[in-house]
Amino acid sequence: MLRVDVTKKLGEFSIEASFTSEGRVTGLFGASGAGKTSLINMIAGLLKPDRGIIAIDAETLDDTSARLHVPPHRRRIGYVFQDARLFPHLNVGQNLDYGRRMNRLADDPAQLKRVTELLDISHLMDRRPGKLSGGERQRVALGRALLSKPRLLLLDEPLGSLDEGRKVEILPYLVRLRDEANVPMVYVSHDAAELRQLATQIVMLRGGRVTALGGVKVLPGAPA
Amino acid sequence: MFDISPTEWTAIQLSLRVATVATLVATPLGIAVAWLLARRDFWGKSVADAAIHLPLVIPPVVTGYLLLLTFGRRGLVGAWLADHLGIVFAFRWTGAALACGVMAFPLLVRPIRLSIEAVDRRLEQAASTLGAPPWRVFATVTLPLALPGVLAGMVLGFAKAIGEFGATITFVSNIPGETQTISSAIYSLIQTPDGDTAALRLVIVSIVIAMSALIASEWFARRATQRLHGN
Repeated sequence: MLRVDVTKKLGEFSIEASFTSEGRVTGLFGASGAGKTSLINMIAGLLKPDRGIIAIDAETLDDTSARLHVPPHRRRIGYVFQDARLFPHLNVGQNLDYGRRMNRLADDPAQLKRVTELLDISHLMDRRPGKLSGGERQRVALGRALLSKPRLLLLDEPLGSLDEGRKVEILPYLVRLRDEANVPMVYVSHDAAELRQLATQIVMLRGGRVTALGGVKVLPGAPA
Repeated sequence: MFDISPTEWTAIQLSLRVATVATLVATPLGIAVAWLLARRDFWGKSVADAAIHLPLVIPPVVTGYLLLLTFGRRGLVGAWLADHLGIVFAFRWTGAALACGVMAFPLLVRPIRLSIEAVDRRLEQAASTLGAPPWRVFATVTLPLALPGVLAGMVLGFAKAIGEFGATITFVSNIPGETQTISSAIYSLIQTPDGDTAALRLVIVSIVIAMSALIASEWFARRATQRLHGN
């Protein structure tokens, strides 16, 4: 279970958001500028809330009243960024292995095989990120986050930088991930159609406030 | 003309040793300082920045004299180091290395700082979400990506150290075999009757060393850049 109850002032803009979610995929929905990225940056620990609490299951990650802030590297929260952020000086295989090395986890060839096959990237292992297409890059970023064995996976508009054709290419992988990887996810998007296919629960955000909570029915423009 | 005498050889070898030691000792320190200046805000940062650049703008003879006052036998730091660690700088080749290191430091730090500033912080964030604590983020992401700048800084620092004259001769004098580097040997030779040919030889040697260093740095930087851009 993910519990978020935070306030954060960012210049003129402020976030005051509170929600809990138990879903396999929590869809964080809102227009650009609604505060979605700031919110998941707080969940990841990259941004400190001014006030509030962030907790996963029984573990508190942020509690400003107790001056508690667990740094990102100790949160075990995977993050797939919109712009992939693969390490340009490492090849695909080394990128995928990075989280395992940093967390000093044992070698797990079976898991590596499973993830690379799930995402169809096993043939790319020796390539450098500079030689990948946008869709491939995003799939490697997904694999890299998964292989660090996170307890929660954050995805910030992972399809946002891709054109329509590429989106259709990646979406099935995300569905497979949801059904097979067994890691709860928070999926950020401004695209209601995308979330309808993926999310099991929706948190709607507008102007830094949560305006609706519930199933995918709360998404606008739902087919009758 | 190309018959290099033993004294000249000694000066060349000493210069190479002094510049190599100065560069190798200054580099880790330079990387740390460059990182602080590029990535951290702290009280007195602009003063620290100015202090590092000082050897670049004050007369080398002043730097040399300040080193003599501080690290000389009776200097505050020099006396302590000699008594407690047995390290003596005054009139030793180690002192020449210290002088060269101090003079080369601003030139060494600058490219490293610029290249660390150019490293995309979003990659560092990505590394931290993958479980890397700050020092490992630095070691596995920031430093490898800043490598071309580190190499450029090292070469620039080395070239500066090879050519250093004013601070060195002020601090450790011009003792053949101990502190007489190429520069001070050239200085002595042009003051000696009939020293012109030997001086010219050393001038050529110093140009060759400097050119080789620059070409090597270009080559390293190109290799490193290619590596980073995935070719």
